[in-house]
Amino acid sequence: MYFDSFGAVLAMDGHGPYVWAAYAITLLVLALVLSAPGRRRRRLLRQVRGELRREANQGSRETVHAPGS
Amino acid sequence: MRAAMWSFFHKLGSPPWLYRIAGALLRWLLPLSLLALAIGLGWGLLYTAPDFRQGNSYRIIYIHVPAAVVALAGYYVMAIAGAISLIWKMKMADVAMKACAPVGAALTFIALVTGAIWGKPTWGTWWVWDARITSMLILLFLYLGVIALYEAYDNKAAASRACAVLSLVGTVNIPIIYKSVDWWYSLHQPASIKFTGESSIDPSMLYPLLLSIIAFYGLFTCALLGNMRAEILARETRTGWVRRLAGGEG
Repeated sequence: MYFDSFGAVLAMDGHGPYVWAAYAITLLVLALVLSAPGRRRRRLLRQVRGELRREANQGSRETVHAPGS
Repeated sequence: MRAAMWSFFHKLGSPPWLYRIAGALLRWLLPLSLLALAIGLGWGLLYTAPDFRQGNSYRIIYIHVPAAVVALAGYYVMAIAGAISLIWKMKMADVAMKACAPVGAALTFIALVTGAIWGKPTWGTWWVWDARITSMLILLFLYLGVIALYEAYDNKAAASRACAVLSLVGTVNIPIIYKSVDWWYSLHQPASIKFTGESSIDPSMLYPLLLSIIAFYGLFTCALLGNMRAEILARETRTGWVRRLAGGEG
């Protein structure tokens, strides 16, 4: 370890704010980019599931009405 | 051998196969890349000596350089995918091209922002219209241009053709970015890592940097594969395999 204390790690001899801001922004952007595809995929699957349910409901109504018609 | 190769290409064009393989790849590549990132950044931040001229601000190198390197590499991937989709009309190449753009834009953004933050204590300014920085800004606009162009067309085939042409034309910018620090020597320092000849960076700083570059490559691939999976789903919502998948994942 180059630094002697946690405080020294944070301060980085005055460069702390720059270094930590750069790292925080980087990690935030990486987290967004990596999590976006999973969120979109789950939304799409939910959408398709909803369509399937609607179609199934319609299908069952049709069969109920079928004998009467 | 030939038959095996053709069957591989045939499978590459198959959306359900690509979706499944990309998912399987992600399951081990993502944790591995995150581990490499944690080690690389932890090492660079805490266990290396500061730069003798720049002090501790130089530690930004462990995110700035990997982001910039992979942002450039990502552009190659996007342009090559664009060429394949343009020439052979391969749908999955178009999916790959579209998946590249937001990841490349994010990495270019990281390179620019961390560069600006690094510039303040080192050069005394957040921004200069230096050739390297300006050409990286153009790279960001190229990535954003591809994203915008996709949205601008209602006709998907026309959109993918236009984006492929834009990304191919944009490759002119890549050698300019590489060479900018040598052609117009101003504030941005020249490359520290060279494939030919001695690197101008101490090995104790080089190893964590290389590890971080590998991690960024891995994370780029993960985001690319993830975007491709989502894009494949979006284009195939009416097909049987997606409906079975949605029904199964209750």
